[in-house]
Amino acid sequence: MNQYETVFILNPVLSDDQVKETVKKFENFLTDRGAKMIAKEDWGLKKMAYAIENKKSGFYQLFQFEVPGEVINEYEVEFGRDERIMRYLTVKLDKYAIEWAEKRRSRMSKKSKA
Amino acid sequence: MATLQQQAKGKKDGDIRYLSPLKIETQERKKYCRFKRSGIKYIDYKDATWLFGFVNEQGKLLPRRLTGTSLKYQRKVAIAVKRARHIAIMPYVGDLLK
Repeated sequence: MNQYETVFILNPVLSDDQVKETVKKFENFLTDRGAKMIAKEDWGLKKMAYAIENKKSGFYQLFQFEVPGEVINEYEVEFGRDERIMRYLTVKLDKYAIEWAEKRRSRMSKKSKA
Repeated sequence: MATLQQQAKGKKDGDIRYLSPLKIETQERKKYCRFKRSGIKYIDYKDATWLFGFVNEQGKLLPRRLTGTSLKYQRKVAIAVKRARHIAIMPYVGDLLK
């Protein structure tokens, strides 16, 4: 089992429900294949540095999860097929990355509390 | 302006002279790798504001000779910047970013 992290950008024309549905779909896709979700983050509607599909903003989502490596291929294909997804990036996390992710999360939770 | 002959003699009218030589720093402060010094092990591609410190105002990566980053971490910086560009939190090309 390896840890991975995915950032994906959803089309900004989607409604809130559609966004939730899409996120749910991918979460289920992973958990059905024996993945353990570690963290989910919703960055909300963000302005992008350049236009993708003629759109200047998008809904950013982040997943951190643990899954056997074979699933990733299938998972990325699923991203490619979904029209609501504008961009995706999956990265394998090494031990330093995992350490950093934990630190980042604790920092973020502190900030949201304050 | 002093004439050639005067310059040759070393007498320059109106020039300021100092009794002790001026202290001019000829050697720049030694550059160092900030990752090694502060013990950063992982470079996060999600933190765009921080990564902007490693690119010029056109959005191009700065060379090691300017930032002083060691080779090991320069490679990681490059990867992080490229990832940040892919997810559109940093521009591929830009103008007057700073």
